[in-house]
Amino acid sequence: MRIAVIGAGVVGALIARELARFEVTSIRLFEREPDVGWGVTKANSAIVHGGFHDRPGSVRSKFCVPGNSMYESLCAELDVPFQRTGAYVLAFDEQETAALETLRTWGNENGVSDLEIHSRKQVLAHEPQVNPQVKAALWSSSVAITEPWELAMAAVETAAGNGVSVHLAEAITGIETRANKVCAVLTETDRYPVDAVVNAAGLFADRIAAMVGLDVPCLYPRRGEYVLLDKKSAGVVNSVLFPAPNEITKGILVLPTIDGGVLLGPTAVDQLPDARGEAETTPEGIREVLEGARRLVPELNCSLAVKAFAGLRPESTQEDFVVGRSPIEGFYQAAAMRSPGLTAAPAISQWLVRDVIAVDLSLRQTGSFRPSRIRTPRMAELSLEERDRHIRKDPRLGRIVCYCNQVTEGEIIDAIHRGATTLDGIKFRTRAGFGRCQGASCSASILRILARELHVEPEEIVQRRSESWILSGKART
Amino acid sequence: MDSFREGANVNHKNADVVVIGGGAAGVAAGAAAAKEGARTVLIERENAPGGVLDQCIHPGFGLHRYKEELTGPEFAHRLIAEIHETDAEILSSHYVLGIDPIKRVVSTVGPDGIVETHAKSVILATGARERPFSALMIPGPRPAGIFAAGLAQKFVNIHGVLPGRRAIVLGSGDIGLIMARRLHLEGVEVVAVVEMKAFPGGLMRNVVQCLEDFGIPLFLRRTVVAIHGEDRLEGVTLADVDEAGRPIRGTEERIDVDTLVVSVGLIPETELISSFVELEPINGGPPVNSRMQTPAPWLFAAGNNVAVFDLVDWVAVAGERAGRFAAQYARGDLTARVPIRLIRGENVLHMVPSSLDRETITTLFLRVPRPLLNVEVVIGGVSCHRQLGARPSEMIEIPISAKLLSGLSQASEARVEVREG
Amino acid sequence: MIQRKLVCVSCPVGCEVTVTLSGDEVESVAGNRCKRGETYARQETVEPMRVLASSARVLGGDRPVVSIKTDSPVPKTLIPEIMDLVRSLSVEAPIEMGQTLATDVLSSGAKLIATRLVSRADSE
Repeated sequence: MRIAVIGAGVVGALIARELARFEVTSIRLFEREPDVGWGVTKANSAIVHGGFHDRPGSVRSKFCVPGNSMYESLCAELDVPFQRTGAYVLAFDEQETAALETLRTWGNENGVSDLEIHSRKQVLAHEPQVNPQVKAALWSSSVAITEPWELAMAAVETAAGNGVSVHLAEAITGIETRANKVCAVLTETDRYPVDAVVNAAGLFADRIAAMVGLDVPCLYPRRGEYVLLDKKSAGVVNSVLFPAPNEITKGILVLPTIDGGVLLGPTAVDQLPDARGEAETTPEGIREVLEGARRLVPELNCSLAVKAFAGLRPESTQEDFVVGRSPIEGFYQAAAMRSPGLTAAPAISQWLVRDVIAVDLSLRQTGSFRPSRIRTPRMAELSLEERDRHIRKDPRLGRIVCYCNQVTEGEIIDAIHRGATTLDGIKFRTRAGFGRCQGASCSASILRILARELHVEPEEIVQRRSESWILSGKART
Repeated sequence: MDSFREGANVNHKNADVVVIGGGAAGVAAGAAAAKEGARTVLIERENAPGGVLDQCIHPGFGLHRYKEELTGPEFAHRLIAEIHETDAEILSSHYVLGIDPIKRVVSTVGPDGIVETHAKSVILATGARERPFSALMIPGPRPAGIFAAGLAQKFVNIHGVLPGRRAIVLGSGDIGLIMARRLHLEGVEVVAVVEMKAFPGGLMRNVVQCLEDFGIPLFLRRTVVAIHGEDRLEGVTLADVDEAGRPIRGTEERIDVDTLVVSVGLIPETELISSFVELEPINGGPPVNSRMQTPAPWLFAAGNNVAVFDLVDWVAVAGERAGRFAAQYARGDLTARVPIRLIRGENVLHMVPSSLDRETITTLFLRVPRPLLNVEVVIGGVSCHRQLGARPSEMIEIPISAKLLSGLSQASEARVEVREG
Repeated sequence: MIQRKLVCVSCPVGCEVTVTLSGDEVESVAGNRCKRGETYARQETVEPMRVLASSARVLGGDRPVVSIKTDSPVPKTLIPEIMDLVRSLSVEAPIEMGQTLATDVLSSGAKLIATRLVSRADSE
């Protein structure tokens, strides 16, 4: 059996990893970007949701709670950061307080048992910076935060370690079918015969589906803008703060990030169907984020903003996930996976692979699957003694390159060995360049290290895609 | 991080004075402390001291200190020669993880492991960092091609590589002006320097010698309001702004460039002490007295991390002062003095120090918020200094002599004003 | 008689100085508030001089370029040609602080000197 998975975001990566448990001839994971997790995976709120925001009976609700319950052990297995922060949905008037009850009911029906309604006093005791005009709030202890691109990379690394071929910067240009069954996938350069295809192409899942003549999912992009605050803001909130939701979106949140910052957002603005490129921030969007955030936490110091950024999510006209079999034999979908796509991903990948694909293709487990990976520890997170021990084995783990996040030369070299070839590749694997100076202090050193390790000239290193050149050339040739 | 436990593995050091940062302030401080007899350790995160001076290859340094106009590396070389003449220890490639304010231990990490240095007094000389373009939250995409001016300077001057072919410089502070010239001389087409305020942020000398000399236009009350380009910068949109910095509709113009060099302000680096020292809101750094001592008596601070200075000569003076007094403190010789708290009056933006005392000779540095003519500096009602004019880009330095100090009344506060005559 | 306006950069005031020329001779200087302004205006009008700072290619060194400068001000008009000379230089490491890299550049009388030391790449 030859299987192609299209899309190396968190969904596709986890699916590829699940497939690697089984005896198959080949598994190929295709990704149009030069690196893993650069689509929807890299620009979202990084929340592992509690499962009370989704209408019971929906596919989203079916997979959100199981996904949440799998996260902690999955992250431990893959050495991915995970923090159970809990969450509040804050209500500021009678109507919103009533809406909390609806969420609690939905949560209960979806299998969430830990939801509580807290009084104003309880909320302020737990979260002193919350707007004192809060009337009541729904508390969920199961909500968590993680690092989505790290999860995607860890899944790809284990998949690759178990025999999956990873094809980066190789977009699928066509899919061949014969007698209503998939038989090959095409890229710009090659044709790969396959027996099954999994469509996990995120923002482009509709285009992939159209290649086999399907009009489901029907997607349009929805932009979400965010503002990231300096780590100096840490502690202003302890848990994820939601406003009361509306029909369209969960609202503009204030939440801690896994690396110690504070994230505000997102907005939710529908884009023209064809607008699938990199999302841009807008004046209105940034304003909306700051206003929405201040509504929840009035004393937010927004002068501590480090950056504003935007991401696109794949909304579907069906307003639900599109997962499972399709009318085309061998063509499976894991699409329209906007929120809570990140949360549901482990559950969906397990169900889709074990209960659907493996059944359809009569796959047997290999028994030799190696599920975990260990990454080089982040020196910044170790005790002084542990750090010292690591450094004595490798002095490069004591040379700090990124001053803001204390990322060492050793970690950067490790990231290069794990596949980073671009500045963003280093950034997402190590957090170097993600800090308050946004790379002003470390970019030159990181470029030099990349050039040295990859045996190229510094001018050949790019930011992300091949067109994103950084240096125009040498001053003295 | 379980910091500051007596770990079995980590190296422990003892020092009288620990200086954090090996730039101009730190090297001057280290040399002065060592000359005063203190066992001094200077900690520098790069592999050699010099700090930002190494990449400032243009002249403009040392006119006051060495009576010669030197380039940054030459100034650094002389300062470093001074510290090499002492027995101060320089701990290079070491990054400070934290300062324990109770045990007075400075924890560092380097390629040889963790070091915990026990100090009697500490001097913070960590300088300032550049405000990143992303912090302005200008809407649009985030392509490659947008460089902090200091990063562009490092690329060109240290690594010998160019950031692009056609550039606009945002911000007319000295770093922006210097880089406009540097890039032009390296064959980059520098289309313009744009400045949000109504006057240039840097020295007039730099406006003349970096822009006018090369026909590079300077647009005042104009700024970047949008970015274009998905992977690499393709252009920017400029617009005029009002006094409040708000874009004026109808004045937008798109310019095609592949490089944006950004010089939009320096921020004192105070991370290591902000949890136990309250920072001065206008300076952005810790308040210091005339001995460069912060409210934590064992902690001194000098240089750009107190307030952004203009001339490195003054930074070195402040560093020396901090070094001398930190050494005296470590010896137990520094008697507390009754402070005269300085209050900002008219036309005073940055002000260092924040207090004087009747016994300590020092220098008062002031920065004015806008260009002024016929200025008179008045401290506690006493006229102390006059000069023909003052600009925000050039600090006013007022020697605080014994005579001046004796002239101040017995009050515990004094108002500092810069009057325009 | 020609009049040229310029801003004096000798101090933060930035007096707008008007220089009146008769051919190549300075007839008068007005608008300066002090003597430095007159000196500056005269020189700047007749023959503006600049110290040029740049960098030169290094061979075999621990860094690719060495910072350099003219050891005295040179006529501003010579800068483009001096830059051509700078671009043509290649200096073998080790390089000493102040080392002469070129003498009497374009007959200006000024030398190009290194403003930092550079070690050999293989040295530790």
